[in-house]
Order: sequence, then C-alpha cells, then structure tokens
Amino acid sequence: MSAVADVIRTRVDAGSGALVGYLPVGFPTFDESVDAAVAIAQSGVDVIELGLPYSDPVMDGPVIQAATQQALARGFRLSHGFEAVRRITEQVSVPVLLMTYWNPVLSYGVERFADDLVDAGGAGLITPDLIPDEAEEWLAASERTGLDRVFLAAPSSSDARLVRAVEVSRGFVYAVSTMGITGARSDVDSAARGLVARLRDAGVEHTCVGLGISTAQQVREVLDYADGAIVGSALVSALSNGGVDAVASVAADLATGTGRRG
Amino acid sequence: MALRDETGPYFGEFGGRYVPESLVEALDELSEAWELAKLDPAFRAELDALLKDYVGRPSVVTEAQRFARHAGGARILLKREDLNHTGSHKINNVLGQALLTKRIGKTRVIAETGAGQHGVATATAAALFGLDCVIYMGEVDTERQALNVARMRLLGAEVIPVTTGSRTLKDAINDAMRDWVTNVEDTNYIFGTVAGPHPFPAMVRDLQKIIGEEAREQVLALTGRLPDAVAACVGGGSNAMGIFHAFLDDTAVGLYGFEAAGEGMDTLRHAATISRGRPGVLHGARTFLLQDEDGQTVESHSISAGLDYPGVGPEHSWLASIGRATYRGVTDAAAMDALRLLSRTEGIIPAIESSHALAGALELGRELGQDAVVLVNLSGRGDKDMETAGRYFDLIDAGAEQS
Ligand SMILES: Cc1ncc(COP(=O)(O)O)c(C=O)c1O
Repeated sequence: MSAVADVIRTRVDAGSGALVGYLPVGFPTFDESVDAAVAIAQSGVDVIELGLPYSDPVMDGPVIQAATQQALARGFRLSHGFEAVRRITEQVSVPVLLMTYWNPVLSYGVERFADDLVDAGGAGLITPDLIPDEAEEWLAASERTGLDRVFLAAPSSSDARLVRAVEVSRGFVYAVSTMGITGARSDVDSAARGLVARLRDAGVEHTCVGLGISTAQQVREVLDYADGAIVGSALVSALSNGGVDAVASVAADLATGTGRRG
Repeated sequence: MALRDETGPYFGEFGGRYVPESLVEALDELSEAWELAKLDPAFRAELDALLKDYVGRPSVVTEAQRFARHAGGARILLKREDLNHTGSHKINNVLGQALLTKRIGKTRVIAETGAGQHGVATATAAALFGLDCVIYMGEVDTERQALNVARMRLLGAEVIPVTTGSRTLKDAINDAMRDWVTNVEDTNYIFGTVAGPHPFPAMVRDLQKIIGEEAREQVLALTGRLPDAVAACVGGGSNAMGIFHAFLDDTAVGLYGFEAAGEGMDTLRHAATISRGRPGVLHGARTFLLQDEDGQTVESHSISAGLDYPGVGPEHSWLASIGRATYRGVTDAAAMDALRLLSRTEGIIPAIESSHALAGALELGRELGQDAVVLVNLSGRGDKDMETAGRYFDLIDAGAEQS
C-alpha cells in the first residue's frame, strides 16, 4: 500500500537500494525549491524528503538551519509545503515525504494536516521530534488516511524501542547513522551497520540510513547493508552554492552510488 | 490525589517527551538515576550538606515594611534566594543535577542560560566537582549580561554565544540539545528550569521545592498563619514552582505567577506565555507557548533576559488550566519601578526577573488589603543587572539620580 515501500522494494530487488534526497521548501525561493526537487528526482533520487522550515529545528546542523532560517525570513507558510508537494508530484512520479517537526502539525490540526497532505499527493511524514510514545494522534490519522509514517531509530535505542519503531513505522524506518544532528561527515559511523543489523533482528522490512552521507562512495557503502541512503546537507549545500543545475549534478553523482546510473 | 504528588511525565494534558529518538536513552537514564537518588539517604545527605555549607541555606525571610507601605497595607515577606551563593535560586537545582552527573559517571556538563544565572551556577558546580563545562548563551544575552559571561569564564567554563534564531534563551536551548544529542555518551545536560522533556520538569521542581518548604515554615513561625498569596516571576518557571509546591494543597493560599509583559500585553513585544500563548510543543514538552498560526515559535521580548522565553514549564500550564494558580503580566516599566522602589525602601537591589514578582506583589497587596500576608520569591540579586538599570534610570553618566 505504501508507494515509498514499493520504490524501495523495487530498488532492493534490483540489487542495490534507494537514494532518498532531502531539500527544504522555500529555499532559496519557493519556485527554485520546487525546481530543485524535480531536478533531483530526474537525476536519480528515488524518494524525496521535503523539509518544512521550523523556528526551532533541534535535529538540524548548520547547513540546513541556515537554509530553513532563510526560508522562514522570506515568508515561508505551511500552505507552501502542501503547494510544493502538489507541484512536485505533478511533474515527477517519485513519492514525496514531508519532514516536519511536530508543533506545526499539531498547530494545524493532525487530522486536517493528514487530509491536506493526501490531497496534495504526499506520501507521508518523517517526524524527527515525535517518538512513538507520543504519537497516538498521528498513528490514528495515518491509519485513517493510509499515509506513511517514518519514525527514527538511533544507535542508543534499546531493543524494545527498536521493535516498537519497526511496528509503528510504514514506508521505512529512519536509521540515524550516528549520534548527532544533520551535516556531512567524512566517516559514516560504523554504528550505522550495527543499528541496521539490530533493526533486522527487530523484524524491519525497510530501513534507510541518514545523517552524514555526502558522497557516492558513502551511498554505496550504506547500500551494502541498508535499503536506502538519505542525503540532506550535501544537496542543500550544492543548491545554496550553485543553484538548481548544481544540485541536479550532485544528485546524479550520488545516484552512481546506487549502481544504476553513471 | 494531592496536587503535590504529581511526578510527571504528564501534568494533565501537558508535559511528555517530544524529542529526537537519540535522546530517549539519556532521558531514561536520568529519570532512573533521579528516582533512585532522591530516595537514597546518602545522596540526600550530600546535597543537604552542600545546600547548608556551600549555598548558605536555609535562606532567610525578610519582612519588607517600608516597601509594603506601597502595597495597600498588606504585609510583604521576601524569601531571600538572592542571598544564596552565586546570587539566585538557580544553584539549588544545579547542585542536585551536578551530583547526579557524578553518580551516572559523566565528566562533561552543558547548560543553556538566559540571564546567565543558571550558567554561573552550572560553571560554579563544575568548578567544585571538577567537570568540563560548556554554556550556551544567546548572543543578545551575552551582551546584556556581560558581567555573567565574565564570571562563567573566570570559573573555567567555555561560553558559546548562540547566533541562530532570536539569539536568546530559546536558541541557546536548541544548541545545547544539539550538543547533547552529539555527545550524550560523556555529557550530561544540566537544564535550568522546569521546562523541557521529562524528567526535567519534575526533577528541577523536586530540587527547587525546598524554597517553598522552608518559606512555609518561616511564614508560619513569623505570622502564625499561612500567607494569603504567594508571588513569583515566571520565565521557564523554576523559582515559581519551587515556592508554589509546598502550598499546592493549601487551597486558601492564592498562587500567582508573574510573566514578563514587556512593552505591554497587547503589543507584540512580551513574554507572557500563559496569558497570551496557546498549547503546543516546544523544547520537548507539550505546554503553553507563544506561536503564530503555523506553529512557528514567536520571539518573546522582555527587559529581563531570564524571563525572555516563549515557553513555560508544563506543570504551570497544568496549574493554570485547572485554575489552581493565576498568571498575570508585569511590564518592563512596572518591574523597573519595583526594582528601584525595593532598592530605596529596603536597601535590597533585586534582579530584574524578581522585580516582576515584586511589582505583582504591590498589585496583590492593594487587592487583598490591610493585613493580608503576601510571600514573594526574591529569586535573585540585581548585581548582574546594574548595566541595564544604569542605562534605564540614566545613572551612569548623569549621576543625578544617585542621591
Ligand atoms: C534571578 C532569576 N529569577 C528568575 C529567573 C527565571 O527562571 P525561572 O522562571 O525558571 O525561575 C531567572 C533566570 O535566569 C533568574 O536569573
């Protein structure tokens, strides 16, 4: 039932895995953020993780903070998030997940948010500051609408918490590669490999690894044991420095790590 | 169940843990360590000894007779947290959490600070216990509380000015959380108020409730009865929860929290979170907060760095929602007037934060009338605020006001 899970399954069955690309709405402008998302989808990104700028993004490192703060300063509104999903899914067929901190959803109304996301053609939510323990309302709304819900798993999570994350997630489980926040790192922690193995023991079907991945080589390494690799800061940096063409070319290069394009 | 028995994670519909999964293990570890420590006589004895011999507890209660003449004839009793070592109530909480840090075997502590009082208290405890210490402080606050930055550095702490967002307390909390997520293995986050994810609201309250426990006995001894009203300023809400807690089940005692109304409750420049905000999630808890239509946090404004925070502890949100405590606003101007009045009538220079409670007490005294007893938490001293006060009252160059 999950478009995200279908895409990942197809990529895994083909012998590699999925490339998930993060970009925030409204950076550097609304139109360019839509164009950039379309461009990375056309350059080999399989699933788009579209970030909603938020005033207090505790999981984000400096690159993404700077971008989302600029989007907010230029007047980002939640309605732009739904509009961006609509415009992207009209142009390309990749599934689009929104990445959002919880308060904007709560403020909008969880049920109403879910309905409007379905209307816009969105696939679901990635919720970095919502743990399953506090997610009752969202579990109900996603059950009703069929939206995907991606929860996070960390190297420090207990076995019982991993089992719970696997049970409640739909689409994939977001495996946090290292203890920390978003941002490119030269080594993707060996903790990621161990976490993915523990998630497999907990019965996970699909898990994608994120935080710190910025090169095709790292994508290749991660796809060796995980079902997907999530790239954020490296794409945002490229967009920031070189615009839509630059982010498309970085995406194409990252996609070589999936072994499908060159 | 008695109101005093609430232990979190939830206070009615407020509280909880809205945090990245990476922090859950550390929060669980802290919760468990705290539950064990607070029942451990050895831990209690060590903390009590520090509170007595290092902080100087119990803090005294001073009757402010000359000040009270401006309060409609009510008796005004000041709980003197300003006399604690380091100059505010913040040290009560920090010593408890620093002992807990040792107990769980971590060697580095981090903290956020607004006015700098929590940062100074944390740097002090780190010096005392030999812990590495990093303090996050909004750049705006490093400027308006420069003296406290110097104090923290002298104590051996590293102070990191935070340049994101509104560059005040809320952004310092964000950066401290980011540090914690990254370094949780060796680092403990000593949180400064009764906000944040569980166990912080309950644990910080437990460590501050000594204020009200002492004051309740002291007021009984002095007046033969309980006070009619208890007044405290509310930033995150720790000094207020600290003095309220012992009185929660004394239903005849009115509990009043005074939030910063900045330039006015009906302007956009205030920090009156409960009075003007609505429930949402910020910094790990469901609570009242200042937010726009989209759930983006709105910047708060107050002349007082320690009250300049768009959130508030979840237990206050709960007490407000059930009507057990009342929350009102005090403007910058009213607080500064109260600061000058206490200085001139009693020879006590209060912190600007605490001056909000003093202004509120003047108002309560006039409402409650002759012979009412109003207990005020004088949460800190004004030394750190001399530059702001000097500029506000034009004392530094002209000198004319310094009669
Ligand atoms: C003297 C004093 N009072 C009050 C506060 C506000 O904090 P809380 O509301 O947690 O007591 C501060 C914070 O820095 C402070 O320094």
